[in-house]
Amino acid sequence: MGEYFHSVRVVPERCIGRMACLKVCPTEAIRVRHGKAEILEDRCIDCGECARACRHSAIIPQTSSFTEFSEFKYTVALVSPVLYGQFRKDVLPSMILAGVRKVGFDDACDVARASEAVSAAIDEHLASYRGPLPLLSPFCPTIVRLIQARYPSLIDLLIPIDSPMEIAAREVRNKKMKELGLRRNEIGVIYLTPCPAKMVSIKYPPRKGASYIDGAIAISDIYRSLLSALGDMNNSTPEIEQPVTGMGLGWPVLGGQVSALRAESSLAVGGLGDVQRILDEIERGKLGDIQFVECHACAQGCCGGSLTVGDPYVTRGTILSLVARFGKAPCEDRGKIRELYQKRYFSLPGKIPSRPFAPLDKDIGKAIEKRKRIQETHDGLPQINCGACGAPTCLSFAEDVVLERAPLGDCVVLAARQARAAAHASPRLAAVGRC
Amino acid sequence: MPSEPLFWQRFDICGRDFVDAGKASITIKGILREIGISPSLIRRAAIASYEAEMNVVLYATKGTMELRVTPKDIRVMVEDQGPGIPDIELAMQEGYSTASDEIREMGFGAGMGLSNIKKNADAFNIHSLVGKGTTLEITFRL
Repeated sequence: MGEYFHSVRVVPERCIGRMACLKVCPTEAIRVRHGKAEILEDRCIDCGECARACRHSAIIPQTSSFTEFSEFKYTVALVSPVLYGQFRKDVLPSMILAGVRKVGFDDACDVARASEAVSAAIDEHLASYRGPLPLLSPFCPTIVRLIQARYPSLIDLLIPIDSPMEIAAREVRNKKMKELGLRRNEIGVIYLTPCPAKMVSIKYPPRKGASYIDGAIAISDIYRSLLSALGDMNNSTPEIEQPVTGMGLGWPVLGGQVSALRAESSLAVGGLGDVQRILDEIERGKLGDIQFVECHACAQGCCGGSLTVGDPYVTRGTILSLVARFGKAPCEDRGKIRELYQKRYFSLPGKIPSRPFAPLDKDIGKAIEKRKRIQETHDGLPQINCGACGAPTCLSFAEDVVLERAPLGDCVVLAARQARAAAHASPRLAAVGRC
Repeated sequence: MPSEPLFWQRFDICGRDFVDAGKASITIKGILREIGISPSLIRRAAIASYEAEMNVVLYATKGTMELRVTPKDIRVMVEDQGPGIPDIELAMQEGYSTASDEIREMGFGAGMGLSNIKKNADAFNIHSLVGKGTTLEITFRL
């Protein structure tokens, strides 16, 4: 498993080379060669933007399917409040949990409760922490990967507290083992995920150690069957369900983590461009007066994950109305959380390693030479970033040329210029060409 | 004898252009990353070049910043057309600033810029002519 695991993959048979993915990639990891998209694996941070942009389903985030979990004796679905936001406002979280049980899981477990507990644990952490500020929210796996690659000096600012989905998985697994007398590997815990990055963090957590979750099913994959299950339930007597409440309900909304905290100075940033700007600021030693920064790869937070179904803004509105109804008061005992925090119940041991993008060359002299040739090549390019060569920008194309991943002739603008110049120099040849 | 590998690039900086402010030092950071410079050195170079860039944006009419990278060192040279610094020794002191209220309101002008550059650099040269401009040479050894 030395290589980095990716959830986002291209299906070459489906790709017809329309390049919608090319320009949306925030790390310039996509190239279109011979009419097919390719992903430069070491640069991909699994944000899922390419999959969202592709209208031909040629880029598919690898998530789990139901059949993978058939060997488990008992299955539990972990439900994030993002799922609650995918339905009309009158479909309550408790009904959605009942619907998840209807579609084939033995049980459904709400994650918002664990989110509230994690918020309280972060409050405890911030209150006792004395190191450099601001601390960073570690819950968006794409952001963690971005920091590993581009901001290694900020790795230590990531709060070493486990994610709500992992805490919820641990708790529900232990509970079911006790209740049902099952062994650990007889229970399948499956996250209903709004994005491909969560799948990566389950398969290969950034720190050493295994995830408590066995797989992730995309919300978009389960939505239809859930919708019809909910439709059937409306016609029968609704099951009596414990209502879902608590401060964790608003977590998937941009600013949701911040608003569940007591910390006075905090910041919420969404979207990779804005997050990078803020991380650049932090790397320069600015923003030291802020305690906590919530960062999401998606502009609308997890509501806008690429594997969701609803419009991110509508989802946000639905979740905020749930917060107003059920999320104003805590559902967990603060004193108990403090005790658990002190017992390191929420802590993540181990260090996150840096994973920088590969340099141009291992030898620094050669890398300098190559960077110089990239600049020279770039100077000779049209610099209109048209993307027709299959690289997202003229600079990334210059890099491909120098690293011998693409021939200079792939630049259609240069080729057209040369053809015109040749025609000008030899009118007779041009006339022949016209025949 | 083959010449030593050298990468260089020049950036134009526009005084009072707060939209593009900081972009040159971000580009420099990206280039150093591609070349494979160590993260701690990149961070120092990024901080120093940002402070230098902002000094041009805040005080000068215009200027240039040049990055030169060899296997031995990284050099950032900044040249601006601006008011110049009458007393460099004083300007180097932490907390000393001639920033206007307007600049301070934007969160700059705390008087840490030059001292921050010096702190992060391995060598630092500064020359200034009042009424003409200021030149900086910031060196980081690899």
